Amino acid sequence: MTAALLAAATGSGAHLAHASAWAVFGVGAALILTGAFGVVLLRNPVHSALMLVITLIGVALEFIDESADFLAAVQIIVYAGAIVILFLFVIMFLAVDRREPAAPEPTRAQRPLAVLLGLVALAELLILSRVQHWSSGAHHVAGSLKGGEDVQKLGESIFTRYLLPFEMTAALLVIAVVAAVVLSRRHGRVAAEMSPAEQEEATLR
Amino acid sequence: MIQSVLFAGVGHLAQSGSGCLGPNGTSITGLCTSDNSLHMPVAYRSILPMLVLFIGALVLLLVSALLSKRSRPGLYPVLSTAVGLAALVASVWEWYDVGNRGVSTIGGQIFYDRFSVFFGVVVSVTVVLASLVSDSYLRREGLDGVEAYALILLAGTGAVLMAEAAGLIMLFLGLEIMSIALYVMAAYHRRRTESGEAGFKYFILGSFSSAIFLYGVALTYGATGSTRFQDIAGYLARNTLVHDGVLLAGMALLIVGLGFKVAAVPFHFWTPDVYQGSPTPFTGYMAALAKAAGFAGLLRTLTGALSSQQANWRPVIWLIAVLTLLIGSVMAIAQRDLKRMMAYSSISQAGYVLVGLQAGSAAGTAGSLFYLFTYAFVIVGTFAVLGLIQGPGEARNDLGAIRGLARRRPGLAMAMLVFLLAQAGVPLTSGFLAKFYVIEASVQRGQYPLAIIAMLAAAIAAFFYLRIALLMYAGEGEAAGPAPALEPAGGGAEAAGEAAGEAFVADGALTAGLQPVPSLDGATATLTWEPPPEERIAIPPAVAATLAICVVFTIAAGVSSPIIDFARHATAMI
Amino acid sequence: MTVPGAWYLVLAAVLFGIGATGLLVRRNVLVMFMCIELMLNAVNLTFVTFARLLDDIGGQASVFFVLVVAAAEVVVGLAIIVAMFRRRAAATADEIHILKG
Repeated sequence: MTAALLAAATGSGAHLAHASAWAVFGVGAALILTGAFGVVLLRNPVHSALMLVITLIGVALEFIDESADFLAAVQIIVYAGAIVILFLFVIMFLAVDRREPAAPEPTRAQRPLAVLLGLVALAELLILSRVQHWSSGAHHVAGSLKGGEDVQKLGESIFTRYLLPFEMTAALLVIAVVAAVVLSRRHGRVAAEMSPAEQEEATLR
Repeated sequence: MIQSVLFAGVGHLAQSGSGCLGPNGTSITGLCTSDNSLHMPVAYRSILPMLVLFIGALVLLLVSALLSKRSRPGLYPVLSTAVGLAALVASVWEWYDVGNRGVSTIGGQIFYDRFSVFFGVVVSVTVVLASLVSDSYLRREGLDGVEAYALILLAGTGAVLMAEAAGLIMLFLGLEIMSIALYVMAAYHRRRTESGEAGFKYFILGSFSSAIFLYGVALTYGATGSTRFQDIAGYLARNTLVHDGVLLAGMALLIVGLGFKVAAVPFHFWTPDVYQGSPTPFTGYMAALAKAAGFAGLLRTLTGALSSQQANWRPVIWLIAVLTLLIGSVMAIAQRDLKRMMAYSSISQAGYVLVGLQAGSAAGTAGSLFYLFTYAFVIVGTFAVLGLIQGPGEARNDLGAIRGLARRRPGLAMAMLVFLLAQAGVPLTSGFLAKFYVIEASVQRGQYPLAIIAMLAAAIAAFFYLRIALLMYAGEGEAAGPAPALEPAGGGAEAAGEAAGEAFVADGALTAGLQPVPSLDGATATLTWEPPPEERIAIPPAVAATLAICVVFTIAAGVSSPIIDFARHATAMI
Repeated sequence: MTVPGAWYLVLAAVLFGIGATGLLVRRNVLVMFMCIELMLNAVNLTFVTFARLLDDIGGQASVFFVLVVAAAEVVVGLAIIVAMFRRRAAATADEIHILKG
């Protein structure tokens, strides 16, 4: 999309568009990898959260490069706008931005597991990079991307073929609300219902 | 009126022309419309149990909002049970409505066949049992409120959706609805630190497995061009993949993701902590529900969509089944905490279901379904008993807590004995037939080594089931159990060994070898510790009724055939 | 004209690997959680790439659901973390009982 615009603007044909597509991909990939390594390697959770934003922006850039403009916008709004803010809020709320909070001990088995996982990922890379052309996979089963705005296509798809999954996300949201109520409530019972010992316990907290 | 709405709603948007066909390729009249507009007809009757559970949860929340606060403490379990029963009735109605045909409805997202309906029945029953059991526990712990029951119903909604799913996206959403509700249930106990950590651990590892599963969905989608099971199966039937690396990687990730949910080794390591930390009745519900739904997803994916890839996934499942059977059984012996022991026990039980799955035949699927259905009663009942004997605040979960139960509460001990024997696979209980069916299916496919390993695992597991059983019937005076306050309780296993006599000497030695606890402490503890005066265990009527249902079902399913016929009829997937 | 799909797929696989490894090696609960978000983003990128390669809207629709699920998961996950920290704060440091395994 961006590439196409650029090509039209400069009018210098496919060669420049090709180069610009690669450039967008390269910038996006650099952002994604920088951010991802930052999340994992930086000690301060606040910095990790900010690095996560960089990765999210990189992913959105790749989405634009792959003509998924709407999803790129949603990615920025939902992830960077809501999810990361929530993360930062909790980090500040718990005041864990300075110290590494005590997490459940990672078991000894986790280190080899991490190495194993790395190897699996490497094998994955080899498989994926060998795939040169995609003759495999049935094409446009759920409808083609071409010929129309992607928002319209996506909307049609979600409200017909994916109607039930869309409706059932309601259940997820209900659970999220119930969970927030359950988990954030300190004491369910009013003081009058408690035994004296429990009241004492409650006031101590 | 309702009938007309239900029937008018049945339909399918013919987009790819594949969704409306029955199992033998015949178009079913009245169920299909060739409406190509954006109007989306919804076949409500194909998702009736799920709708009942979901709307039930919303009604519960609404009722609690309208009523004055805490005015009706006993109302919610009753409502929740009623919703579960309504879902059960809806499922039974569906069973006769769907017959032997199967259709995919609602945009090809839902399979309406007897497999779906079977799990509708299993989940409804589990919801009813869990609602009945939870009430007294929650009141004892001061946790009662509408949220617990809403979460039970919502988790059930997700489980039914998983079984009904006709595509990987729907399966994923069902999985998430169930899992997120279960994470919250694990963390539900407000005052126990273990509960919070169990919830957190379950959440992190569960989300991790969800992400892995999702990556598997993405790769499978890339390799086949669709996330719908019918399209995947159709594509794989029509084409032979030259480079099938992406599909195999996707399949492996799908197996890993669902393997986490059913707690198959080597993806089991969250299970003991989560089962131990979660509120006890919820643990039983979690064990029954997540296993049933996870295996429903595995069966749909592997024996349904990827049946053409049997040569690739059967060896993988074989390996996982062997590991699950053996490690689950062996590790259970080494446990001193009853809930952890039952967690490992549930892992090894998952191994048998995997044996049925590995067979990849109708008989194997029927065996797995039978196993999951009967196991739901057994495990909910087991954790109901544990919830009663552990006392307020879940103070005692060690093996000593169950010592001499037969003397204090003969009825409770008898119920527990039935559940233990069922899990051990003793004849005249459902567990025996369940193991028999899956092993028989495995033998039919020529899997003799796997069948032998399964029987071996049953023999190993019999040790610790019988150990608990003997502890219950052991007298108080013989050897004192470890006090709950004594943390390095090596005495539990040792006392058990003594009580059980010579047969368990090897067992005790194995325990000592696996868990290098300072056994000296335990030995001195048994000398110095004196049993406190034990209060009488109160059995609330709802729990008593539930236990009676579970016991009767466990024995009835062990001696008669309707349940296996039910399971055999349910194997007809699209 | 455009960058071959394999490049995006490899990039997504790398991102997924970093996320998964980070989850296993980090001990900060919030960073562990962020690593899961990295993994989900890798999945999203894979979906969008396949959607382009297969010329199919299904992949993009799937991303939509992943986003919704991720949002719900974050809410519940952070609530669990906050609740856990509160309970820990209630107990004294010596009393913190960490589950084995």
